[in-house]
Amino acid sequence: MATISPFKPSAHSHARNPGMALSLDALEDVRVNLSAVERRASTLGGRRTVKKAHQAAWLLKAVSCMDLTTLSGDDTPGRVRRLCAKARQPVRPDLLKSLGMEGRNLTTGAVCVYHSMIETAVTALEGSGIPIAAVSTGFPAGLSPFDLRVKEIEASVAAGASEIDIVITRGHVLTGNWQALYDEVKAFREACRDAHLKAILGTGELGTLRNVAKASLVAMMAGADFIKTSTGKESVNATLPVTLVMIRMIRSYQEMTGYKIGYKPAGGISLAKDILGYQIMMKEELGDDWLQPDLFRIGASSLLGDIERQLEHFVTGRYSADFRHPLA
Amino acid sequence: MSIAEIFDTMSYGAAPESDELALKWIADHKKKFDLFIGGKWAKAKSACCLDSVNPADGSKLAKISAANAKDVDLAVKAARKAQKDWQALGGHSRARHLYALARAIQRNSRLLAVLETLDNGKSVRETRDIDIPLVARHFYHHAGWAQLQDQEFAGYEPMGVIGQIIPWNFPLLMLAWKIAPAIAAGNTVVLKPAEFTSLTALCFAEICKDAGLPDGVINIITGDGSTGQALVNHPDIDKIAFTGSTEVGREIRKATAGSGKHLTLELGGKSPFIVFEDADLDSAVEGVVDAIWFNQGQVCCAGSRLLLQEGIAEKMIAKLKARMENLRLGDPLDKSIDMGAIVAPVQLKSIDKLVKTGQKEGAQMWQPSWAVPKDGCFYPPTLFTEVEPANTIAQEEIFGPVVVAMTFRTPTEAVQVANNTRYGLAASIWSENINLALDIAPKLDCGVVWINSTNQFDAACGFGGTRESGYGREGGHEGMLEVLKPAYLNKLPLSKPGPSKGRTPASGVATTDLDRTAKMYIGGKQARPDSGYSLPVLSPTGQNLAEVGHGNRKDVRNAVEAARKATGWTNASAHNRAQVLYYIAENLDIRKSEFADRLMQTTGVSRKKATDEVAATIRRLFSYGAWADKYESRVHTPPMRGVTLAMKEALGTVGIICPDENPLLSLISLAAPALAMGNRVVLIASERHPLSATDFYQILETSDMPAGAFNILTGLRDELSDTLAKHDDVTSIWYFGDQKGSQEVELASTENMKQTWVSNGKARNWFDNEQGEGREFLRHATRIKNIWIPYGE
Repeated sequence: MATISPFKPSAHSHARNPGMALSLDALEDVRVNLSAVERRASTLGGRRTVKKAHQAAWLLKAVSCMDLTTLSGDDTPGRVRRLCAKARQPVRPDLLKSLGMEGRNLTTGAVCVYHSMIETAVTALEGSGIPIAAVSTGFPAGLSPFDLRVKEIEASVAAGASEIDIVITRGHVLTGNWQALYDEVKAFREACRDAHLKAILGTGELGTLRNVAKASLVAMMAGADFIKTSTGKESVNATLPVTLVMIRMIRSYQEMTGYKIGYKPAGGISLAKDILGYQIMMKEELGDDWLQPDLFRIGASSLLGDIERQLEHFVTGRYSADFRHPLA
Repeated sequence: MSIAEIFDTMSYGAAPESDELALKWIADHKKKFDLFIGGKWAKAKSACCLDSVNPADGSKLAKISAANAKDVDLAVKAARKAQKDWQALGGHSRARHLYALARAIQRNSRLLAVLETLDNGKSVRETRDIDIPLVARHFYHHAGWAQLQDQEFAGYEPMGVIGQIIPWNFPLLMLAWKIAPAIAAGNTVVLKPAEFTSLTALCFAEICKDAGLPDGVINIITGDGSTGQALVNHPDIDKIAFTGSTEVGREIRKATAGSGKHLTLELGGKSPFIVFEDADLDSAVEGVVDAIWFNQGQVCCAGSRLLLQEGIAEKMIAKLKARMENLRLGDPLDKSIDMGAIVAPVQLKSIDKLVKTGQKEGAQMWQPSWAVPKDGCFYPPTLFTEVEPANTIAQEEIFGPVVVAMTFRTPTEAVQVANNTRYGLAASIWSENINLALDIAPKLDCGVVWINSTNQFDAACGFGGTRESGYGREGGHEGMLEVLKPAYLNKLPLSKPGPSKGRTPASGVATTDLDRTAKMYIGGKQARPDSGYSLPVLSPTGQNLAEVGHGNRKDVRNAVEAARKATGWTNASAHNRAQVLYYIAENLDIRKSEFADRLMQTTGVSRKKATDEVAATIRRLFSYGAWADKYESRVHTPPMRGVTLAMKEALGTVGIICPDENPLLSLISLAAPALAMGNRVVLIASERHPLSATDFYQILETSDMPAGAFNILTGLRDELSDTLAKHDDVTSIWYFGDQKGSQEVELASTENMKQTWVSNGKARNWFDNEQGEGREFLRHATRIKNIWIPYGE
């Protein structure tokens, strides 16, 4: 019997990325072959699968990695309180009991909100240990004045956010202005202080996978703690090929510096089956460390509902319905 | 393991595919299978039978019959009986049958996949995701060729009864590759599956019956090598299609030599996997996984030689080792594994032996830290570094999960190392530079090139090799041409035998003209025969007309060496080659009366006939001047984002042995297509009438034909053709002479597995454009290389 350790949210087993000087040479070396990347992404699901108890356990792990998110213009404190309540208790206690997971204090990895909702979230999550992530820097386009973007970070950190999801200026990538991208993310990182910086690349707007790879590297060189695919507002959000390219860059950055960078796919992941594909890819390409919430987060809102249904199916053998699980 | 424990460890669990229905199918057949002949299950004449064993656990699955020569005869008779009606059904009706087979295969896809995994040991992931879908795709695609046959292959007809022998590494897929084109074209088949893996073929037989395929169109006879031998030797077989080892392929070539049986051979390989420094290395690592750990490396086109550019070699090896640690090997039915079992203990032993040889010779072996299951036939993924081309494991096909890594410095050296092999099946090129990749692809001596990909297969794209990897193509338009033949071949009469051979060297020519010495033409120069002897050339009335050099093996050697060096001709543009051919025609036209006189003198034809022959020769030269830049390559469209170029390439050095009929016209009818396609030619002139050939030097010398591209020898035909047919640097040999000579040439061709094109004693009417020129000639003068080019940014 393996020892079962109590669940610790956001426990960082690795040193924080201090960043490094911008290395244009390293960018020069970046090669991405789209067809080959797509082939790997599309065939991995045939090479690995998790079924039954393993699937249930993996889905529970996915819950622990979830940044439960609401990012809508009609967000209100009431909406955010409901979300936070769900983050504290994402899976029905009776199900957790049946799964042998009671007493593990299973929560989501974080809640993710706009700046104006931080205060509500801080109150609602008090004592839970669940971190609050705030999207920032003129999310989702990131084109507001630079100093306002920096100030937004400072304000969110001051309001109690311990994770800041910044958006990069996609134009810097599209014009190959790596220095500007580096300077921008570095400034954001400084403004974050102890809060962790997740760099949203907006991959759906970067045109090519090579751009995605280079932007990933620059963000890490500038000190990002996580790199994240999308805002959820682009027409194409997280995909497996994009994920493969970004996490290969994480591996490459680790080879260069020794630092482990987290990864967060966001947008478009709504099925339990889908998230298993991402988890398998993380395990295969980066290893088990990247299945834990300190290095893997999932930006999602409706995914949790599907996971709950699958877990109930595992417990009862019957297919479940969404109304049987509390709203987020 | 509890959910909480899995939650903490995030391990994989077993995810086995059920084998219940496949085992039930076997049990329903009482675990014993008969032969499938004429649409019925037939008891084998011999009581002897073979065990089909699951290599993953050693369990016996079923007993398989062993067909003997009598069973083979019954099967061939059944196929013969069915063939006429099957052909007469017409393309559309056959298309409907193939379509029905494709659908039936899809309906039974999981049964076939699991059965294949049980029988072969390959992972169910591969059978489910690769083998079986490709099988169905093959029948769909070839249903289409049956439908279009009348338009697309007008003037061709099926070969008749085809004997097919397939290997154990892709049992059902190889069956589909063989059967689908054959029956689409109107042939009937007798197929022998490999003795280790017959079950899916037998299941397929049942599917054919259920799908209403007419009796006798497909006959499945199981057995071992002796069954295959009986099939190869059966006199009523029109063609043998074989996939398997080079050793057995060679035996089949010998056994069928001179029989007139058409032959395609898909043999072994030692394919290079070339990684340039500008490749996407992470993707290339996955490429290596697909290249050498696909089907446990038991793949004829496996990328088993990893060629790394020096600058990235260390990095690539480190990435590869990390990747190997993550590979999972185990129960082939587990849906979470990369590698399954090796097909049989004998194969395991052979892999182990070669690996030990590799270690003994000083190469560094590396295997991941995890252990393979002890029960069952398993071998871990294995990487060799510090390997040099001189090592056994760099040259011999291992046919297992073993890759050997070597390095190169420049693109030129990459090509050099890649081509440093007796095989020529496939190659993989990894580079993000399109200029580099497309420059290297044509330079590799092989039949298939995958750019930034590997082990891609599709029914629309031809597959097959060069050198000792065999010849012929399977799949696509080019594959259809291997199961069809030009209809007029049936009508060719036997050629009239020439005068008896073995004339003694003589001297003294009765002539009033100034003495002219007809030498040989080697490397662009007139050359005296090495022997220092001459042969008399007699007129039809027996007069001594002149003497020609009595060529010997050294003259052949010199000519082939000259041809080897004349690469400029192969690399010249098609336009350039056309210009030379037109120029030859022009110069011949100037001297047409002289050539007509010679024909009258040597062959005794009338002036009119002689003049006609010269005129026809000039027309033929024009035809191939025209064809030079018009026998174009195809672009296949497999289901991917990208294209597959079916590039028509020169073969290299072609040996041509000319017939005695129409000595000028037949010489040009054979040499011109070979030259037009960029081959270098070593031609042995008509033994009886060599003077038209020796006169021709002067035309060549005035027509800008580069030195060495076209070499002409004189002498005793079968003496010279034997040396030429045995020469390892001759890629293809064309023999137009008697039946015995045809057989000898084919027997002699086996060492480097050169392609042969022999007349088997049949005569062509060289004046007839259908028989004497065109696509049939061009097809023999080229081979098709399929270059897979996926794209996307």
